[in-house]
Amino acid sequence: MNLEWLGRQFDNIVFLLGWHVLLAVTPLILGLLIALPLGWWAHRSRRIYPLLVGTAGLLYTVPSLALFVLLPLVLGTKILDPLNIVAALTIYTVALLVRVVADALDSVPEDTVQAAKAMGYRGYQSLLKVELPVGVPVISAGLRVAAVSNVSLVSVAALLGIPQLGSLFTQGFQLRFFTPIIAGIILCVVLAMILDGLIILLNRWLTPWTPKVVAS
Amino acid sequence: MINYLFDPAHWTGADGIPNLIGEHLVYSLIALAIAAVIAVPLGIYIGVTGKGVFLIAGLANALRALPSVGLLILLVLLISPAFPSKMGYVLPSLIVLVLLAVPPILTNTYAGIRAVDAAAVDAAKGMGFRTMRILTDVQLPCSLPLVLSGVRSALLQIISTATIAAYISLGGLGRLLIDGKAQNDYSQMVAGAVLVALMALFFDQLLAFITRRIVSPGLTRRLVKTAAAVDTVKIPATV
Repeated sequence: MNLEWLGRQFDNIVFLLGWHVLLAVTPLILGLLIALPLGWWAHRSRRIYPLLVGTAGLLYTVPSLALFVLLPLVLGTKILDPLNIVAALTIYTVALLVRVVADALDSVPEDTVQAAKAMGYRGYQSLLKVELPVGVPVISAGLRVAAVSNVSLVSVAALLGIPQLGSLFTQGFQLRFFTPIIAGIILCVVLAMILDGLIILLNRWLTPWTPKVVAS
Repeated sequence: MINYLFDPAHWTGADGIPNLIGEHLVYSLIALAIAAVIAVPLGIYIGVTGKGVFLIAGLANALRALPSVGLLILLVLLISPAFPSKMGYVLPSLIVLVLLAVPPILTNTYAGIRAVDAAAVDAAKGMGFRTMRILTDVQLPCSLPLVLSGVRSALLQIISTATIAAYISLGGLGRLLIDGKAQNDYSQMVAGAVLVALMALFFDQLLAFITRRIVSPGLTRRLVKTAAAVDTVKIPATV
């Protein structure tokens, strides 16, 4: 590791890290917002479930580099537009979470739903105040997978020249220089771990009734 | 945009599309075979004996966070000086592909063996089956659906990452994407992206089909009804 180089590049690395966070977290939030109603729909209708989950599975099959290249055709953007990355990762996040949200709602015990109904909660009230909160642990488990894989997938966009931590890899390759590559890998892994930890904390904060066991 | 695909000139020669598809396939299948040879026996061993379970959880989580582009480039810089030929690029790519494919196969094989109904194993024991025969005739056939679904995710991961490996001058369909980028030829990139996507979808569906054909009907009977299948795929709520 060449610490002197790292010191000189500090501003640039912070800039790349900022973009990486933005490109990984925005799709996570957008994806969750889209997956919640879709997952609820799949949970409600046994006919829609296989259709939605099947389509999601197919979308998830498309390799990331291919999706980054194909999206400009659909969106009318330029190939270097960071929007392509946000759109592609949102698609992956939705594909992963639709099934998770549906299964989370399915996992709510029937007794709980009945009790909510007996206490006067109806339709949306029961969903927002009882079923979704009870399903939070399952949803957050899925969200953790999406967050970690998003961080890793964003770095692929460096091959197209979109600046983020992956740019350190291509830079290191061109210069035959280890320092940026190792710094990039460490920052990616640390970022993934921080996001993962934040979701674990959020989960605990949202479900104060669960026993305090150490999450794996 | 799709003209590139229909130009006959792109369908012949060393850089022709059939050749690139062939290369992509060869790298992918070699990597998958190596990963399976490592992961399946290891998964069976851990599943049957219960030794080394910590390996399963740690490996699956740690490798998901590791950026494959960074790992690939790091290995190229480390390994290629030692091999002056093309091997200096092929070897790091294969190592990365195998590394990414081992965890899904390993964890699913382990989970598959663990999920076998204990009553079935006891019944086989009661009928006088030895340990080895229980493994080959009961535990393995019962865990086959999970093992194959692990192989399926591993193959997807490999096909996807083999595309990226074109960046460090490996062959395969990724060439169209990387060369197209270098030449500012968007139609070439689109052609590559479409072909890679089709290849991934094709092999995913092929493995799904194979799974349906070779898994014992006794196990799949309940999976025929989608409503029942829903109950079998839940993520444990205690994570």
